[in-house]
Amino acid sequence: MLELKNISYSVQDEGTGKVQDILKDVCLTFEDATISVITGPNGSGKSTLIKILMGFLLPTSGTILFNGEDVTDLSVTDRARKGFTIAFQQPVRFKGITVQKLLELASGKRMDTDAMCECLSSVGLCARNYIGRAVDGTLSGGELKRIELATAIAKGGEVFLLDEPEAGIDLWSFEDLVKVFERLHDKTVIIVSHQQRILDTADKIVLFENDSPVSFGRKEEMFDKLTKRPNLCWRNIKED
Amino acid sequence: MPIDKTDEQLLETIADLHGVPEGSFNIRKNGKLLARNSNTDIEIVSKKDKDGIDIIVKPGVKNKSVHIPVLLTVGDFHDTVYNDFFIGENADVTIIAGCGIHNATCADAEHDGIHTFYLKKNARVRYVERHYASGGGSGKKVFDPVTKIHLAEGAQFTLESTQLGGVTYTDRKTYATVGDRAQLIVKEKILTDAEEVAITDFKVRLTGRDSRADIVSRSVARGKSVQKFRSDLIGKNACFGHVECDGILLEGARIVSTPRIDAVDPEASLVHEAAVGKIAGEQLMKLMSLGLTEQEAEDAVIRGFLN
Repeated sequence: MLELKNISYSVQDEGTGKVQDILKDVCLTFEDATISVITGPNGSGKSTLIKILMGFLLPTSGTILFNGEDVTDLSVTDRARKGFTIAFQQPVRFKGITVQKLLELASGKRMDTDAMCECLSSVGLCARNYIGRAVDGTLSGGELKRIELATAIAKGGEVFLLDEPEAGIDLWSFEDLVKVFERLHDKTVIIVSHQQRILDTADKIVLFENDSPVSFGRKEEMFDKLTKRPNLCWRNIKED
Repeated sequence: MPIDKTDEQLLETIADLHGVPEGSFNIRKNGKLLARNSNTDIEIVSKKDKDGIDIIVKPGVKNKSVHIPVLLTVGDFHDTVYNDFFIGENADVTIIAGCGIHNATCADAEHDGIHTFYLKKNARVRYVERHYASGGGSGKKVFDPVTKIHLAEGAQFTLESTQLGGVTYTDRKTYATVGDRAQLIVKEKILTDAEEVAITDFKVRLTGRDSRADIVSRSVARGKSVQKFRSDLIGKNACFGHVECDGILLEGARIVSTPRIDAVDPEASLVHEAAVGKIAGEQLMKLMSLGLTEQEAEDAVIRGFLN
């Protein structure tokens, strides 16, 4: 179980010198074997929360507990070794590092073709066509995104942080994505997404606005609120 | 002259050789012939007027290789060798020409290989050149190779050049003339550290119609090392040329890239790209999020880059 207690994150505006809150006093709990989808308007702090959970950013204040252990100040490497796994919104490109090498770095061991095939086919890619290719600009955005997800699967872990996993993936491939989530059903999965079909896979939905969650609950009740919001305006949910 | 342990290690590093190779070979050590095998397909003949060999590949010889490694295991020695390669029509061969210096003395050791290639019509050569130096002495380990390439119609030359480390100073010059429908491919990888200096200089003349050149240089500079990359690509016909210089800088190192393209013919299409900088922070972050330490992540990026 992952617990966030009073997490705040603020930055200083370089121009005005004013302190701006990105996240304010966020308290959330993510249970084991639960898919939680964080949604909300742009700039509401969703991706910042994911970065704080992975350790890329340190919160200004507050505590993160993982199975009761305080992991707030742990480095990215230590968190990864504890079972935190992230798939970036924008996959990183590497000149010269092949798909095979990246999967092996993720899994921490040498992988045979069967193992790589297992990973890549789960995101709809054929291993034979990809393992020797470099993870660079010769791959399309959609291919990079799938490889990013395959890397997360190869690594494994207990807490999966997936930042807009659907970005760049064509609508016909949503089935593949949903299968990935099903595969992680016994993990703590936290997804940032705006897509209704992703929200539909959630056990729990968290709505962010401005700098904190304004509403959260089981999918059924949240789904109604989100889809029936007047004029599709986020504010109307907040007032609900 | 027997092959000792140091020779074996150098041969393995520069030419993937475990003992004496099969097929044609010429192993040179400290300015002298150590071993040679010449056959009817690939003939190796000593030059009479100067130090060096002629390597003659008969027309139509395919899928053969020739190893010509050079070892230098003494200090205070300057070895210059002139090797000429004559590749017959429609031949297709791999030439492995590494050079290893082991200098444990305080005096300098230098090897300069002056190599000239003449490829006849539709001949293909893959030329693999690895330079490596070891030995804890204060004496410099220097390579100043010169490679001249003449490509006739439809010929293809692939130059895979790697400097693996330990080389105090190198000034490498490559000149090529590319004929009709001929193609030059260069893949250069250089790693420097400490106070090492590496200079590479390409001058390529695309003289033939539909000739092509693709030169990709990847370099990593550590410590206080300095690398200078210069290329001069001249399009004298309807042709395509591409030069790419990518460099990773670590610590206090410096990389200077000076690409020049000259489209003499209005149908010439020439491109150059150069990017030099530190390892991108997001690359380190991604690898650290897979459980690697920062140092492991840096090593993985460099190994991949120079792969």
